[in-house]
Amino acid sequence: MNKAVMQSELKTPGVTKPKAECRNLNFFYGSNNALKNINLQIEDRAVTALIGPSGCGKSTLLRCFNRMHDLYPDNRYEGEIKLFPDGINIVSSRVDAIEMRLRIGMVFQKPNPFPKSIYENIAYGLRIRGDRIKKSELDDRVQKALEGAALWNEVKDRLKEPGTSLSGGQQQRLCIARALATDPEIILFDEPTSALDPLSTAKVEELIGELNGKVTILIVTHNMQQAARISKNTVFMYLGEVIEADGTEKVFTNPSQQKTHEYITGRFG
Amino acid sequence: MAAASAAKPPRRRVTHKLSERIIEWLLFLAAASSVAVTVGIVYVLVFESYVFFEYLWKEGRLTEFFTHTRWTPAFDDAEYGILPLLNGTILIAGIALLIAVPFGLTTAIYISEFAGPRAREVIKPIMEILSDVPTVVYGYFAFLFVTPLLKATLFPDISAFNALSAGLVMGIMIIPYVASVSEDAMRAVPMSLREGSFAMGATRLETAIRVVFPAAISGVLAAFILGISRAVGETMIVKIAAGSQPVMTLDPTESAATITAFIVAISHGDLPYGSLAYLSIYAAGLTLFVMTLSFNLIAFFIRKRYREIYE
Amino acid sequence: MSEVAAVTFNLKQVRSKLAGRKRADRLYVLVGLSATVLGMITLGALIGSLVIDGSERFSYEFFTNFPSRFPARAGILSAWVGSLLILVVTALIGIPLGVASGIYLEEYAPKNIFTSIIEINVNNLAGVPSIVFGLLALGLFVYVFGLGKSILTGGLTLALLILPVIIVATREAVRAIPPSIREAAYAVGATKWQMIYDHVLPYASAGVLTGTIIGLGRALGETAPLITIGALTFIAYLPAAPLQLEWPFLNFEWLLAGFTVLPIQTYNWTSRPEPAFQANAAAAAFTLLMTTLTINLTAIIFRYRLRRRIKW
Repeated sequence: MNKAVMQSELKTPGVTKPKAECRNLNFFYGSNNALKNINLQIEDRAVTALIGPSGCGKSTLLRCFNRMHDLYPDNRYEGEIKLFPDGINIVSSRVDAIEMRLRIGMVFQKPNPFPKSIYENIAYGLRIRGDRIKKSELDDRVQKALEGAALWNEVKDRLKEPGTSLSGGQQQRLCIARALATDPEIILFDEPTSALDPLSTAKVEELIGELNGKVTILIVTHNMQQAARISKNTVFMYLGEVIEADGTEKVFTNPSQQKTHEYITGRFG
Repeated sequence: MAAASAAKPPRRRVTHKLSERIIEWLLFLAAASSVAVTVGIVYVLVFESYVFFEYLWKEGRLTEFFTHTRWTPAFDDAEYGILPLLNGTILIAGIALLIAVPFGLTTAIYISEFAGPRAREVIKPIMEILSDVPTVVYGYFAFLFVTPLLKATLFPDISAFNALSAGLVMGIMIIPYVASVSEDAMRAVPMSLREGSFAMGATRLETAIRVVFPAAISGVLAAFILGISRAVGETMIVKIAAGSQPVMTLDPTESAATITAFIVAISHGDLPYGSLAYLSIYAAGLTLFVMTLSFNLIAFFIRKRYREIYE
Repeated sequence: MSEVAAVTFNLKQVRSKLAGRKRADRLYVLVGLSATVLGMITLGALIGSLVIDGSERFSYEFFTNFPSRFPARAGILSAWVGSLLILVVTALIGIPLGVASGIYLEEYAPKNIFTSIIEINVNNLAGVPSIVFGLLALGLFVYVFGLGKSILTGGLTLALLILPVIIVATREAVRAIPPSIREAAYAVGATKWQMIYDHVLPYASAGVLTGTIIGLGRALGETAPLITIGALTFIAYLPAAPLQLEWPFLNFEWLLAGFTVLPIQTYNWTSRPEPAFQANAAAAAFTLLMTTLTINLTAIIFRYRLRRRIKW
């Protein structure tokens, strides 16, 4: 998968209708080529897991999708990530990073609720859009987002309390609700359960499972069982390259690449 | 050879132990001397003030200190009402804050959230230099540049000594301080919060105002309070540009005396040791010390609470 | 979740709002920059006014003449000599005391109530208005200790004033030395003090020096506490020289001599009603400002190069 791919050739196994596709994507931290010629399609309204040993570039790839690398100096993208249906190239310097982030949500490794009330945390994305929204509609959307993140019943009586007053697992679900509230086309998850206890992890996993089929999800995980449990497709990365991308079951039971086999059987990583 | 080396080390170790103990004690005494300075300050202020208040008490004039609106220790019919000095102090510090808070905060947000690392490396040293300009030079500037400027433009009737120019220049003097303490607080906000906001599609300004500022609010508040404390304790700008006439007025174009300006003004002349005028500067000094100490303690506790949230 | 049609429709709306939001962002860059340069503009105006007002006084004689009733003949000799002598006393008292305190707090202090009292106290001392130090010196050094309104009293007062600066600088410099260096020294059999004297102090010295320079720069500009202890404003003589030809070659009389300093001389001339003296004030203020700026610039450059050189 390491050679330049022409328009018509790109076809990632396991993808029937792509929501996004990387074409010859390279990414550089200064002169360090962290992503090498990535060609990959992401299935629409499904969960795609990115796995691989630490330092393989899975988080770097994830953060290309909402241009988070733009926040730091000396970072550079080459190639393209097309976002469908309009086919806009996410990483083009002519495309506005903020506009992309309005369309693509993200949930981080550690829960990072804003120093605001639970309600205002959820409303944040809607407020900064600058649209005039009626209070009743805002209330509705906050409730819908919290319900979507399976948090509504736990917090409906304390919406005015600060987001930081919640437990770690609840905070992470608050962050998921915050991302859901603006109806993003894709949600990126960067190892969302690595800072959580097993019980909270199970709840977040269950939640992602429920979102499967409703919204396009790209999730980085260091936990192979997690990838196997919740994703439809799996992408295995190694040293900045995509080694294998296929249906999750195929990758975990019958990988086509030797390297993938070694990784999922625990020979390295 | 073997016997010698076996005999020697223990003796060396004993002398070592003793000298080590002595050194530790000397270092401890040095560190404790800073406490002695504070104790000395409190002792001198309280002791001399006590003598002062005792005198007023004996004359049955104790309440005068808190209620009278004239402060004239150098006159024959001396009166000791601290209110006009407080009035001047608060008026000038207030003007200074009206300048220092908005400009300091704007600067802090700019440096912390907008300026690149290279710009920051230029701006921060310049701000440091600004805060190191001797206050007597700022005093010259307020008296002989700003006041004439105000007189020629906005306030033709302004007095040669006035609270306004002293307050304005003091405000500019405090900007770097307020800015740097606020900026420290904002930079201490974890990057993950900013990333969260940017990932929602927020601009830098929205992130700064809606996420970073609220997260740093206690540190920023502490910066303001420390700024007030500085303004209240500043002496030379006020003495030179605002004069030393204790009056009860809130008109910034008139002259005004602060606690600090009074102390400098009256210790100019050779104060007879133990005289009531001499004692009065300690009563004024104690008032000043209590004010700044309270501000500093409030800022200290606000910042302490804030540290607990983010660590 | 979103339907295809909805996405493209919303995009138009989002883009138009986004343009306005980004305009506000760019506008703030302008606002922030102007707020940031306000101080620099002030400094420029300040230096400009000092140069214009004081230009007629700048001459060799200005630095070698005593104050005088005649503005054109008045100079700052006694003032800068006074400032210099005071700074010598300040450095001799302040540096050992401050460095020793810093070393104790970083390397020795046990975690107990007394240590935290010292720490809170150093913090608090940094926030005490300088004039209060003047009151302390007047009540204690001048009258109780009988040191008089002397160079010794002045230097001692300013040493106490800048003590927190030196302590904080020492602590930061010492803290920056990684524990592995200390362990290496212990591993070859050094005692604690040997470890500190041979390793911690030398490695921390550059940082300590930077803090000390900044502290002395501040001491140079201080006016109020020295006026409070009764520094004179008109001195037409110099204190006895610290060095002499006869045995024992050192002379300590100067320590108890009266004094004036550059900021006080500036203040005195500023307060004179005659415009001719205000020219002297401008020239003296300019001299003071340039000296302070040079001192602080030295410290900043020093620290900058230090940061580049040392990488643990």
